[in-house]
Amino acid sequence: MEQEAVVAVIRQKMTSPSGTVRKLLTRLIFACIILGVFAWQALAAVLPQDRSDAMYHSYQGGGMSIDGPSILLRKKIGNHVSVSANYYVDTISGASIDVLATASPYSEERTENSVGVDFLHNKTLMSLNYTTSSENDFEAQSIHFGVSQDFFGDLTTLTLGYAKGNDEVGKTGDESFLELAERQNYQLGITQVITKNMILGVSVENVSDQGYLNNPYRSVRFLDANSARGYRFETEVYPNTRRSNAASVTANYYLPYRASVYGEAKVFSDSWGIDANTYKLGYIHTFGDDWILEVRGRHYQQDKADFYQDLYTRSAEFNFRARDKEMSTFNNLSLGLSVTYEFQFSANNFFKKSTINLDFDHVNYDYDDFRNVLADPSTEFTTVGEEPLYQFSANITRFYVSIFY
Amino acid sequence: MKLNRSKSLCCLIAIMALGLASGCSSTFEPWVKPYERDNLADPIMSMNRNPVSMAYTHHAYQAREGARGAEGGAGGGCGCN
Repeated sequence: MEQEAVVAVIRQKMTSPSGTVRKLLTRLIFACIILGVFAWQALAAVLPQDRSDAMYHSYQGGGMSIDGPSILLRKKIGNHVSVSANYYVDTISGASIDVLATASPYSEERTENSVGVDFLHNKTLMSLNYTTSSENDFEAQSIHFGVSQDFFGDLTTLTLGYAKGNDEVGKTGDESFLELAERQNYQLGITQVITKNMILGVSVENVSDQGYLNNPYRSVRFLDANSARGYRFETEVYPNTRRSNAASVTANYYLPYRASVYGEAKVFSDSWGIDANTYKLGYIHTFGDDWILEVRGRHYQQDKADFYQDLYTRSAEFNFRARDKEMSTFNNLSLGLSVTYEFQFSANNFFKKSTINLDFDHVNYDYDDFRNVLADPSTEFTTVGEEPLYQFSANITRFYVSIFY
Repeated sequence: MKLNRSKSLCCLIAIMALGLASGCSSTFEPWVKPYERDNLADPIMSMNRNPVSMAYTHHAYQAREGARGAEGGAGGGCGCN
């Protein structure tokens, strides 16, 4: 009887739609690996260019100030191997609305280090990267493996990627607090040459998380008539798993003079109910051989997570609850400008060329269901839950020097 | 029926892989010839001509948005409290 039940379950798994889909996906992944291995014998791909970049970055907005350096070094070793290393620092001063509503302004530093190696064999490019990120209350490490192959006369490039990451989440002021999370990414990209002036790209990525996915400092608010403000805060509770899918299409077009336009459209959906789309448009213009100017626009819109609410009617109203503004319904619009000055070294110099770059973007965030709890109740609203909707703007600046050799 | 379809799909992909491995790509006539790719090779046609700046920009957006993925940037941590 028990054997029959086991056989029945196995048969159901074999024939149920989910079982079939799982088998199909397994075979597709296997076929892709086989494709990658066989394609090893085929065409093209080159190692990334030797270069060094030194960047100062800055984010200012919404009460947050984040800045710091980023240094990238990349060098070929022989004809088949390229190694890279990146050092990156965020120096953070936080007084955002989330912090001011429930805590005090703070400052901290995050350091990220990554090393990578690219290996070219019979014109197939494989890459391996290892990244660590360290804060006083957060440790993360991730490893990424990618395979890239050009084929069909170098008109098509297929890229496969896999990443795995682990997080250790702590909490300042609570030495006993330690939570874990892990993440896996599956990436597939295809770039296709359409004409001698146009390239199209398609990219899809599946990300799955498991573990502690909250931000331990964020809180939800709920009505409490006994409180002076009319509400109180309590810790957020997120589900312990999350799966998301994103797909994007990009296009670059070279204009009759030395300039180009590009566009990108991306859709996103996850198991928490967040649906989002992103649109980007940019124009790159050159002046002589030395100057490159880029202007761009980006629009992002998302619908809230199923368990997001700005104000709950009572404590622990639902099993999962969030008032993290990144989980709410909102949109942002950014406009950006980049200027690059490029100069060539003499032919017999070790260095080939260098660029000096300034990138600047201004972003406006508008929230549809995240209210400003810092608003003045005597002048800006009368009832809890009717505070003005929150909005803020931010400036993102990158200044960097690149040397190619 | 569905299993047959998945088998067929698997076979199709395997045949494509074998086709590539057997060198059909070397006989493939690209409609954009190598000598016609000057414009495509220009750095202004690259979505990733400045990798350090691009990775940072993706991080700056992703830390404040719910969406993630399908853009080639990578990194750990957040700094978005």
